[in-house]
Amino acid sequence: MRATALALGTAALVLASGAGHAEVIRIKIANVAYQPAQVTAHVGDTIEWVNADVVAHTATARNGAFDLVMAPNGKNSIVLKTAGAIDYYCKYHPNMTGQISVVRD
Amino acid sequence: MTLVKIAAAFAALLLAGGVAQAQGAKPNDAQIAHIAYTAGKIDIEAAQQAVQKSKNKDVVEFANDMIRDHTAINDKALALVKKLNVTPQDNDTSKALAKQAAEKRAELAKLNGPAFDKAYIDNEVAYHKTVNNALQNTLIPSATNPGLRDLLTTGLKIFQGHQQHAEHVAASLR
Ligand SMILES: [Cu+2]
Repeated sequence: MRATALALGTAALVLASGAGHAEVIRIKIANVAYQPAQVTAHVGDTIEWVNADVVAHTATARNGAFDLVMAPNGKNSIVLKTAGAIDYYCKYHPNMTGQISVVRD
Repeated sequence: MTLVKIAAAFAALLLAGGVAQAQGAKPNDAQIAHIAYTAGKIDIEAAQQAVQKSKNKDVVEFANDMIRDHTAINDKALALVKKLNVTPQDNDTSKALAKQAAEKRAELAKLNGPAFDKAYIDNEVAYHKTVNNALQNTLIPSATNPGLRDLLTTGLKIFQGHQQHAEHVAASLR
């Protein structure tokens, strides 16, 4: 029963992503920093930022690809659609910077 | 003028910290908590004035960010001192800061439009710079409780972010 549900869930995830091995990559935000600050991901992967700080932060792409707000103890995510390097920062605290290298499968 | 006085108040604190350190009587945790809380409260009040007076989108957004962050950190500071059973202790530095902030607010109240925006943001840059120096050089090294020291250290990183943010807004106003 459980295994069936899990299999269905996985099938749905694969279908939804349209790719074989879509992953969720978690970036923790703590002590006013993205951890890790640099990640490599594939097109179709999801990046999820989880904020452990007492203040809100953003993940704002310099190329305009995304602009997400993470409330204190909140999280937010995006699905990567195109390959390339994306530099991002926090609009509220521009001393916070990060980079995602998006590669094709 | 007021800015210079605020800087002078912190300079006096730095000096007092240095001298006191030599005599083995640094500002205690109760005084440090009061100074940090007061510095946050001052920035919230300045931001509330800016939200009321400014019509510039970037300035109003910045001010709302200041209200949100400094309120969150001050709430955390209050929860911490309660947990530690420390009563924040008023002191000359806190008093001088509050007095000078009131004077600055009165000065800004007379300005409007772009003149207000520029004066508010320039003061925010200078104020965060001064507070960050005080945190880095006096308040953090003097704090004995690890929880208080951690909160001040995180606060410093957040306020360094505010300083950069304020510098960006200041550049956009030019
Ligand atoms: Cu931030």
